[in-house]
Amino acid sequence: MQLSVTSSEEIQVYRLGLVVTIGVPLLAIFLQAYVPVYLPFFAILDLPLLVTIFFAVARRGPVSGLLTGGIIGIVQDSLTRQPLGLYGIAKTVVGYLASSLGVKLDVENPGSRVLMTFLFYLLHQLLYQLVARGLAQEVLAWRWGHMLIGGVVNAVVAVPLYALLDRAKRRG
Amino acid sequence: MDFFTRHRNPAVLVLALFLQVVGLAVQVKQPTDRGPVRLVRLWGISLMVPLERAVVQAESWVHQGWSDYFYLRNVRRENRRLQEQNLRLRLELVRLTQDAGQAQRLQALFRFKEQFISDTVAAQVIGTSGSENSRLLYIDKGSSDGLKPDMAVITPEGIVGKVIRVFPASSQVLEINDQASGVGALLEKARLQGILKGAPGGGIMVHYIMSDERVERGEPVVTSGGDRIFPKGLLIGWVQRVDPGPEMFLNIRVKPAASLDRVEEVLVITRIDERQPEMIPEMPLRAADILAERLPSVPVKPPAPATSPAGKPAAAPGGAATSAAAGVSGSPVSGTPEPTPGNRPAGPPVPKKAGTP
Repeated sequence: MQLSVTSSEEIQVYRLGLVVTIGVPLLAIFLQAYVPVYLPFFAILDLPLLVTIFFAVARRGPVSGLLTGGIIGIVQDSLTRQPLGLYGIAKTVVGYLASSLGVKLDVENPGSRVLMTFLFYLLHQLLYQLVARGLAQEVLAWRWGHMLIGGVVNAVVAVPLYALLDRAKRRG
Repeated sequence: MDFFTRHRNPAVLVLALFLQVVGLAVQVKQPTDRGPVRLVRLWGISLMVPLERAVVQAESWVHQGWSDYFYLRNVRRENRRLQEQNLRLRLELVRLTQDAGQAQRLQALFRFKEQFISDTVAAQVIGTSGSENSRLLYIDKGSSDGLKPDMAVITPEGIVGKVIRVFPASSQVLEINDQASGVGALLEKARLQGILKGAPGGGIMVHYIMSDERVERGEPVVTSGGDRIFPKGLLIGWVQRVDPGPEMFLNIRVKPAASLDRVEEVLVITRIDERQPEMIPEMPLRAADILAERLPSVPVKPPAPATSPAGKPAAAPGGAATSAAAGVSGSPVSGTPEPTPGNRPAGPPVPKKAGTP
């Protein structure tokens, strides 16, 4: 596994087309809501989070990263019974940090992508739990084992997914 | 201004978080579960539901086309199996109808009011919340189909949840294994009442049963009707595990009867009637009649002349057989004598598990 620090001159900023910018997050949220009807274990994946991380890292702009994360999170919140903003806040922070990380580190190789996704998944779950318990007074259980398994599954799925999404990137 | 330019990114982050926290605080302070739906939520759902409906519809067409026109293997064998099952079920029905008749007569004597499910709407599940912390389903029926919040959602196997939000063409269903859910539950054998709630991992638990009560594994758990949403007596599941819980209560884990993780079609109870059961008369149909339908029938012969030349009644060769056939086939043939205690076959002690006759 390799995590290399790169100078800002070496960093390549990518653009994503309008269709990809709107279509991919929508497709991710749709699949997240639809597939568990038939495959319940699919719910352990967080496709909207993976898309947030990918977009943030590809664009490498903290503001666009946090806005992308915030919007995806709020749309995801709208499908749940919980107050709007739980996923929104968690994904805003993840979007911001992922794009900040993308500026400083090489996150193009599969090893660093696995590690990055695993850590961001855990951070996302942690933030979600904190906001849900602290602000929304939700009663949620800490399921550390489940969280770790979720982190591993999401990290593994992220590699082919990012490779697929890489095709939609254009040099900025 | 200079500060903002230098720290533009963190400042935007703080602003975005601040706005969302304020929005969250407003929602938590004013829970709107029963009030109007927030616009953002409405947009989100309006965006996803048409997509989900379209995919479900397309999938249904493909599936129907395949199973109705192409994949017809084993249909004949299946038909034979279903015919045998139908016979068994009809025999069971005779026994149950007699039991029900007896129960209703007793209920009528005590002026007992009973709840009846009088109207349901069938709906298809088109999506979920997509979150493990929120056990919601989306169904393809809404206010235009007569659905309202707080209607019970069931499957033939057991209860699923209740409608919490209704949109014109879709509805949100809160499953019984969500932590925000609560259902009045009754342990069927022990006759103990508790409240069924969702557990963090997606299971269901019965709460508020005192720890000195005796609860057995495998005991059926049914709705108590106390929540005024689910009619009394619907199956929830079976007791899976009993542990001593906090304070003076038991932790009773229940295995749901409906497969909550994989619900594809549901029934929404749109009307429950409460009425006193009427006295039902004696059952005209007997188990022997049903069994006799399987016997080979004897063709009916044309009527013989009424009298013989000697003036005696004609001993029609087929007469006895005809009347016997008419008697056992159960068809209302006029002239068949009413069964008397002497000639009535030993009727409905139907075998409890009716096998092949």
